[in-house]
Amino acid sequence: MDKQIPNESRRSFLKNSTALAALSLAPVAIVKAAENDHKIASLFEKLPLQLEVNGKVEKLQVEPRVTLLDLLREQLGLMGTKKGCDHGQCGACTVHVDGKRINSCLSLAVMNNGKKITTIEGLANGDNLHPMQEAFLRHDGFQCGYCTPGQIMSAICCIKEGHADSNDEIREYMSGNICRCGAYPNIVDAITEVKKGGLPL
Amino acid sequence: MINFDYIKANSAKAAVDARIKNTSSQFIAGGTNLVDLMKKGVSTPETLIDITGLPLKQITADTNGITIGALALNSDVAENEMVKTKFPLIAQALNAGASAQLRNMATIGGNIMQRTRCTYYYDTVMPCNKRQPGSGCGAAQGYNRMHAVFGASDKCIAVHPSDMCVALAALNATVHISNGKTDRKISFVDFHRLPGNTPELDNNLQSGELITAVSIPLNSFNKNHYLKIRDRASYAFALVSVAVAIEVNAGIIKSANLAMGGVAHKPWRLTEVENFLKGKNATGQVFKDAAELAMKEAKTFEHNKFKIKLGKAAVYEALTIAVG
Repeated sequence: MDKQIPNESRRSFLKNSTALAALSLAPVAIVKAAENDHKIASLFEKLPLQLEVNGKVEKLQVEPRVTLLDLLREQLGLMGTKKGCDHGQCGACTVHVDGKRINSCLSLAVMNNGKKITTIEGLANGDNLHPMQEAFLRHDGFQCGYCTPGQIMSAICCIKEGHADSNDEIREYMSGNICRCGAYPNIVDAITEVKKGGLPL
Repeated sequence: MINFDYIKANSAKAAVDARIKNTSSQFIAGGTNLVDLMKKGVSTPETLIDITGLPLKQITADTNGITIGALALNSDVAENEMVKTKFPLIAQALNAGASAQLRNMATIGGNIMQRTRCTYYYDTVMPCNKRQPGSGCGAAQGYNRMHAVFGASDKCIAVHPSDMCVALAALNATVHISNGKTDRKISFVDFHRLPGNTPELDNNLQSGELITAVSIPLNSFNKNHYLKIRDRASYAFALVSVAVAIEVNAGIIKSANLAMGGVAHKPWRLTEVENFLKGKNATGQVFKDAAELAMKEAKTFEHNKFKIKLGKAAVYEALTIAVG
């Protein structure tokens, strides 16, 4: 309930501002202003959203325009998922939704109601890293590390989808993850090793 | 992104009703193009109608062919066994488009409805008749390397960006449409429009209509290939692409369907080439002649002259790989 209070205040502020403005405006303008304020108030309305993020149920309120990426980073404090291009071109924001890899920057949070989200923070079991995280470390699959969470999330699905049978296939099915440092050969090696290891992902 | 009202529709009728009631509204499914356009301020709908809850995800086969629900994911269609065996061109084209992540989000209906990636359309400070009718075409006199060589008008020289649509055009697919009360069908090749004087209209869908499915008839094409030429090896839009579906028996071409992408405002069927190929021997010289014929009517702009040579090479290569 406490999360709704700012909303109520904002709405009453908007309503009051219309009343104040009304004192100095002609009747037609008053009606117009009232219509606009009603619209603005409704546009600010937050919608209820329930997600399971890394195994934990989250009950949230979001504006419809909030992307899943911004929700994860700004409301849930999960900064591991990176904002690179914010236009679905770089893959730094890759997360799993119901087990499938997607670009969280192009997904409206509200459209994920009831879904299970896994981020890079959800991979390790305590201090035990996920096999793909270990392989990236072992093969030096990064330099600056900015694209790495997205690369790792994508790499896990690349194997699960059955598209890691050759270096060429890995490159093709990992093409949605750009690495500006150019760590690609080591990323391919890391994925190949995990694929050959056959551990459950 | 400007804010908007969000409605989740629970039936096709409810979706269409909401669309008609809210004049500034759009349907959203995968959102991979629309959310991007909204972030850029190119699309500014006041209401988004989420149609992902509608029961339009099925892929069903019958004696006539296959029907793919509008909400089937690009990745699910590309991995579907029947698609892979009976319509390999569709699977190839889907996998040539976007990235694995985007294919997991994007739907078949959305793929058909995606907007051009013309940079002048995306840049709201530039003129663009598609985004703002009457403002002019920035690309015609601007940087037009990616642009059309067939069917352009002085109002718009943008190209349709889809790979899948090129394959659907080649395979004589049909688009199924509902307005909530009645259903209609439209031949895929007639679905998208040429720009003419109304480049703001990408297709012949009427206001308040919703794509519900795409159907593809069974065919006897035993050689298929989708060839995509782009600036990098993967994850880029086509400079030129060619979909080839051809039936060859004992070295003779019985029938051939071809379409090109990256060259026009809609998937570009090569009807003249198809007629030329019918009955001929499947030889390199015939393919060379077909390639010349394919690009005969091409009209280029300052920066896309290379598309004529590239187009010929792509048609020749696609035919060669298909029969090889």
